[in-house]
Amino acid sequence: MNLNIILQYVFSGITVGSIYAVIAIGFNIIYNTTGIINFAQGEFVMLGGMIAFSFCKVMPLYLAIILAVIITGIIGSLLELIFIRHLKKPSVLQMIVITIGLSIILREIALHVWDEQVRALPFFTGNETSSVNILGANISPQVLWVIGITSLIVIGLTLFFKYTIIGQAMRACSENRNAAGLCGINTKAMVNISFILSAGIGALAGCVVSPLTQTTYDMGTDLAIKGFTVAILGGLGNSSAAVAAGIILGLIEAFSVSIFPSAFQDVITIGILLTILFIRPQGIFRSKQFAALKEF
Amino acid sequence: MMLKIRSLDAGYSNLKVLKRISMHVKAGEIVTIIGANGSGKSTLLHAVSGIIKGKSGEIIFKDKQINNYTAEKIVYLGCSLIPEGRQLFPAMTVKENLVLGGYILKSKNKKINLEEEIKKIYTLFPRLEERKNQLSGTLSGGEQQMLAIGRALMSRPDFIMMDEPSIGLAPLVVKEIFKTVVSLRKDGKTILLVEQNAKAALKIADRGYVMETGNIILEGTSEELLNNHDVQRAYLGKDYKNIAER
Ligand SMILES: Nc1ncnc2c1ncn2[C@@H]1O[C@H](COP(=O)(O)OP(=O)(O)OP(=O)(O)O)[C@@H](O)[C@H]1O
Ligand SMILES: [Mg+2]
Repeated sequence: MNLNIILQYVFSGITVGSIYAVIAIGFNIIYNTTGIINFAQGEFVMLGGMIAFSFCKVMPLYLAIILAVIITGIIGSLLELIFIRHLKKPSVLQMIVITIGLSIILREIALHVWDEQVRALPFFTGNETSSVNILGANISPQVLWVIGITSLIVIGLTLFFKYTIIGQAMRACSENRNAAGLCGINTKAMVNISFILSAGIGALAGCVVSPLTQTTYDMGTDLAIKGFTVAILGGLGNSSAAVAAGIILGLIEAFSVSIFPSAFQDVITIGILLTILFIRPQGIFRSKQFAALKEF
Repeated sequence: MMLKIRSLDAGYSNLKVLKRISMHVKAGEIVTIIGANGSGKSTLLHAVSGIIKGKSGEIIFKDKQINNYTAEKIVYLGCSLIPEGRQLFPAMTVKENLVLGGYILKSKNKKINLEEEIKKIYTLFPRLEERKNQLSGTLSGGEQQMLAIGRALMSRPDFIMMDEPSIGLAPLVVKEIFKTVVSLRKDGKTILLVEQNAKAALKIADRGYVMETGNIILEGTSEELLNNHDVQRAYLGKDYKNIAER
């Protein structure tokens, strides 16, 4: 393997890895405010790509993407309002069944609205044959878009949770919901915002990656499993670790292609997921002490 | 009248704890509730602050019936609970905890400068300023209690309920906390204080209630309660002989 090919693998690993990371962060945001693992997270990615695809025929691409993010955010908000909010102390099993159910419903709706055709947004700059040369490796400019936008999502969220009063209030809800209520924080509204945020960033990720990986109505399940693996790998609820974990998983997948047939990619992911769950359920980055003081 | 409770029944899903509780707190008073473990003191404060809902009876805060208000709404009315066990946000810094205490000021007035409010808390508890960037979960017990009080004060409440603020603290720190309570009243706050440390609580309070198994069995001025033989025996740690001798 020469350096050139290695670099190709590295970039493709980072690209898919950063998408996994964004999905994992979506899991974490909802998990942190509610304790729920939302298995419909992958469908938000699919919806983002699909909605933007429909709109981009009648308007500029950037507008279509903005609209897709907003609409998916509204869908996330509605899901919480209709299916989650009125549940009083739901059990973990109930929540798993409900969110998996929601993912199936969203997928079926997508099948009816968009059918089973494979779709893709146009490349943001250039087309599928254009490439930029980085350290001798030829990569698609869309790769840079994916890395750039996912970095912006991560940085934006970090600033949001650290410096805005709403972000701090959401963290407060995740640490001690009763005490947050006693501070006058509307905890139900914070849960709703967490659904809007996760849906919105999922949709944005779905748009930037669509030119490279295409969008199909049933892409969500696969992505949810990858994102969930990354979330577990980084330690559930820990979003900065999810970035590192996402890139690690992306790189492992990318390089595994050169050793195993590509059909084995998913097996590798599941293998990692199970291994982590068995030997280190708190995640690879999280110390016991850190787990004791839960943090985004 | 700050708070008036009329024959309140309340409890948890299938457990009735409070039985026909009636009590009141006038503006500017320090009122204390004493009682054994499990007598329902915290439950009473939970009912007033909206964490649990009463089954029957009335809770009237500043002339408003608040039975069905959410906890958030009750904070907006100026009623703040400092819960048992402090209930800080452990992975957030001291300063972030204070900012969240001021959450309702911020939502009432977007332009308000919370820094000024935080400074006031730092003047009350200089120790918190020294540790403003420390995670609150790593503070000492005394510092955590100061922060819990500071966080509650950030919302500028008129009425503060404290649930066992002195628990687990060294005598010197307890003294400091009680001094703070007295100074808060001087600043015009009204205080409802639940305490195991009955003697110290009655010393600073105007009036007190004694609770037992969900009932109020005795009420009176602090002096009356301090001199009451039953109270002395059960809560002030004087034994029979001492009392009999007097
Ligand atoms: N969340 C809850 N769910 C069910 N029962 C509860 C709950 N909290 C308290 N109880 C019960 O209600 C009763 C009164 O408890 P409460 O906490 O009000 O007592 P307390 O007077 O504050 O006691 P302490 O002095 O130990 O704090 C107890 O029997 C307790 O077991
Ligand atoms: Mg108690």
